[in-house]
Amino acid sequence: MGDKQKTENNEIVLSCEDLTKEYTSGLIRTKITQAAKNATFDIKRGEIVSLAGESGSGKSTIARMILRLIKPTSGNITLNDRSIDSYKIRDYYKQVQAVFQDPYSAFNPFYKVDHIISRSWGLREDNLDDEERKEVIESIFSSIGLNPNEVLGRYPHELSGGQMQRLLIGRSLLIGSQLLIADEPTSMIDASTRAGVLNLLLTLKKENGLSVLFITHDIGQAQYVSDRVLIMKEGEIVEQGIVNDVFCSPEHPYTKELLGAVPSLYEKWDEFP
Amino acid sequence: MTNHILEVEDLKGYYRGLFGVVHAVDGVTFSLDRGKIMGIAGESGGGKSTLAQLVSGSPPPLLYHEGGRILVDGIDIYNIDPEELRTEVKCKRMSYVPQASMESLNPVKRIRDFIFDVVGQRTDKRVRTKERKEEVLEMAAKHMKTLGLEKQVLDRYPHELSGGMKQRVVIAISTLWNPKLLIIDEPTSALDVTSQKRMIKALLNLKQIGIIESMLYISHDLTSLRQLCDECIVMYGGKIAEIGDMDGIIDDPIHPYSKLLTSAIASYDSKGKCTHELKSIPGSPPDLREPPTGCRFHPRCPSVMDVCKTKEPEMIMDGDGKRGASCWLLTSKTG
Repeated sequence: MGDKQKTENNEIVLSCEDLTKEYTSGLIRTKITQAAKNATFDIKRGEIVSLAGESGSGKSTIARMILRLIKPTSGNITLNDRSIDSYKIRDYYKQVQAVFQDPYSAFNPFYKVDHIISRSWGLREDNLDDEERKEVIESIFSSIGLNPNEVLGRYPHELSGGQMQRLLIGRSLLIGSQLLIADEPTSMIDASTRAGVLNLLLTLKKENGLSVLFITHDIGQAQYVSDRVLIMKEGEIVEQGIVNDVFCSPEHPYTKELLGAVPSLYEKWDEFP
Repeated sequence: MTNHILEVEDLKGYYRGLFGVVHAVDGVTFSLDRGKIMGIAGESGGGKSTLAQLVSGSPPPLLYHEGGRILVDGIDIYNIDPEELRTEVKCKRMSYVPQASMESLNPVKRIRDFIFDVVGQRTDKRVRTKERKEEVLEMAAKHMKTLGLEKQVLDRYPHELSGGMKQRVVIAISTLWNPKLLIIDEPTSALDVTSQKRMIKALLNLKQIGIIESMLYISHDLTSLRQLCDECIVMYGGKIAEIGDMDGIIDDPIHPYSKLLTSAIASYDSKGKCTHELKSIPGSPPDLREPPTGCRFHPRCPSVMDVCKTKEPEMIMDGDGKRGASCWLLTSKTG
């Protein structure tokens, strides 16, 4: 699917340069663990970039640094050519939103969904009256493929994992964010509903020009959803490029090893090395 | 001796809780030949794990065996003395490795001491003497080796091992008595791709070396099932939707549910990005307290007919009785 041509817009939304995060441990902080080492990459508008790697490779560390949940040891991150630290935190989260692994812990269990959604209106600048708000909600719900009447009056525990992840994505649409950090959004939901979330990301990319950093350990999903991939190993990005280049003709030995271990639905492994 | 290591006939298992009766496994019939690996696939809530728990012979609290027979190596496990079940069937003929079993290792004991405990319990004789200890350790080390673990692992504590290693240690312990049938529930779901591959390789190795004869492998991950299994059952709503050889189910599914399930999976393909769009299955799994009438899949089925809503379809097997599906589409086709 010639995604290369589709992204004519080459405007860079987010760029990371030499991003490093070190954790110190031990008695007098002598032991240094490098969770991320000199990570350099950028995300363009309307592009889905996958960050793939094993657990412990530093994928989530990068996500958390972009989300300003932890501070990088060195290196800088810029959003729309401005350092992310120069944004007020409130303005920053208007533009960057996240979906995490566990949808069940992302919602306040005491409130119904409409309350949870209404909390997000505060981040929008326009002051809409109730009628207009209703229209916006309806258009957002139709784009995330949920029926507002079925969902709004319910408590989070009454929804399925897939529905909740869609709601979270919908919430970032409501705020009008440009960049979505999706940290393993499908790993806790059933295989049969995963495809829905992946397709939603693809639609939003096409229609709203949303940029997504899709973090996953599932190579199949990364291949399906992304335009470009970054392969991470022990904190380092060992290979990056257009999805078909990396996955069909990998260059780095680690990428080769990783791809060799992925079970495919359509072909059986002949031998086990 | 029959040719089947495991025969399940019209098995029913219900959960009886405060909120009603959950028909989690409702009329399941299949058999597993000696030397074969059978996979059980399906969504969560389909009854996969319940089926495994029932076959294991010791269902957890609230789950009750309501009817039907299970023959393990010719022994009707719900019709014998529990003590005999414990000493003769479990571990010797059949071993069950539940989901998240790697958490069952004792955190304050070294693996070797844990193994002595297990052996002591099984044989009703504590492992005390030096000779006996060495004997047990040698046996354990042999099993560990087939699973790709080094001997030194025996001297470690569980927290020193990675998830994949703990999982393999548990499998090594549960196969110490060379059971003919190994039932294993989602061993790879908590693991990385590379450890997943190692795990699948280790399981195949166990079978090739002859420590185990057959395996019942439960997983929701069709891609890893494909690599390992000879046969497969697709379960939906406590019933078998489709049964048959693994390759057939993936390449040419009969039941609409298996068709949707295979088309919902994003699988890695070294030849390039897949060109078709993945489809998710609309709706959610049924509430098995009040299962839908007729075919349990009818509320979500794209090719639903009137008959599906009222009458339950029967399992229709093809010519050689290996492949079958329970769907009204088949009867309407054949007339």
